[in-house]
Amino acid sequence: MTKVAMTVNGKAVSGEVEGRTLLSAFLREGQGLTGTHVGCDTSQCGACVVHVDGKAVKSCTVFAADVAGSSVKTIEGMANADGSLGVIQQAFQDHHGLQCGFCTPGMVMSSAALLAENPKPSEQEIREYLEGNICRCTGYHNIVKAVLAASGQDANAIAAE
Amino acid sequence: MHNFDFVKPASVAEAVKALSADGAQALSGGQTLMPTMKQRLAAPTMLVSLTGIAEMKGVKVDGRTLTIGAATTHATVAKEAAAYPALANLAGGIGDPAVRNRGTIGGSLANNDPSACYPSAVLASGATVVTSKREIAADDYFQGMFSTALEEGEFITAVRFPIPDRAAYAKFDQPASRFALAGAFVARFAGGVRVAITGASEGGVFRWAEAEAALSSNYSADAIKGLSLDPSGMIGDLHGTQAYRANLARVMVQRAVAAS
Repeated sequence: MTKVAMTVNGKAVSGEVEGRTLLSAFLREGQGLTGTHVGCDTSQCGACVVHVDGKAVKSCTVFAADVAGSSVKTIEGMANADGSLGVIQQAFQDHHGLQCGFCTPGMVMSSAALLAENPKPSEQEIREYLEGNICRCTGYHNIVKAVLAASGQDANAIAAE
Repeated sequence: MHNFDFVKPASVAEAVKALSADGAQALSGGQTLMPTMKQRLAAPTMLVSLTGIAEMKGVKVDGRTLTIGAATTHATVAKEAAAYPALANLAGGIGDPAVRNRGTIGGSLANNDPSACYPSAVLASGATVVTSKREIAADDYFQGMFSTALEEGEFITAVRFPIPDRAAYAKFDQPASRFALAGAFVARFAGGVRVAITGASEGGVFRWAEAEAALSSNYSADAIKGLSLDPSGMIGDLHGTQAYRANLARVMVQRAVAAS
């Protein structure tokens, strides 16, 4: 066991980990931040996406020890300071960008990474950026609408499918 | 996953020392190695992370040569290798954005997956693989599926690409894994054209000599219209038969030529 320290959602945290401890496990089991979901545990589904030093990564495929000293942001860090939903979260609610909601934390984190890089993405760019996030309810259409709305664009401009 | 000791050296020299231990294995972005370890297909007793070594990161241009540190992520190459657009384009099409933020060029080349994108660029460009011990020409580096010239304890520190006059990569991706069902990298230099095919052969990435000869005398998609690859030795699986892959590889070369 070794001790690792990192910043999570702006707060300094530390914990004892094994070499094999995944970042997803460190967050969920070590820090009680169960908003980060583990869907497939094989880096395909994207439910576990968090930001490490501002970049979206699949936390089930990163060792906690490998990101010691980094700044990590999870879905719990996306709400506003007063606890109300952040812009992207609110857009997902407004446009019903979720059905069962299991993939939503990863969808929101990937969308936030996209909008940080590209503040006004096209529908095509949104679909391409979310390629690594799978919604098994197949609720993609409303997810894309939510991201368009969160970027201040007209969500109703995309064709109904 | 079996447990292991984790170390993260800050220099190439420290990594060389750590990797001399019995059962030690280099870890780069982990996007292939970690799933492999979860399936217990690999069980190293020590992982040596190469992602904390500053001298192994970054993209540098010197005249017509582009050098990429082995621990540079696909996302960084996509953004910073503008001097070699075909390569930047290839890097930006690997996996998905989250995978591109972790996976590295050195990791991809050390693994040499028969369907990975990078090996085709390295082979078609005639790049040089720089390791902790020596420099290896691309033609000597790839030695079949998941097999390379790397020795025990040796790891890639950088890759040096001569920048071609024209080049492009075309891949037909398997929609679930986003690996290449067949991919072709075509690079045209003053001395001739080099063509490397990935995703198609059971022997891993390979050069297609007939296409190189045809394109060297007439650089057009039509020049290879009548050529065909021998389907025996191609990968045949539920995603495509051997004959399908042989044909797809030629189509990818034609698309790459048209796009370059």
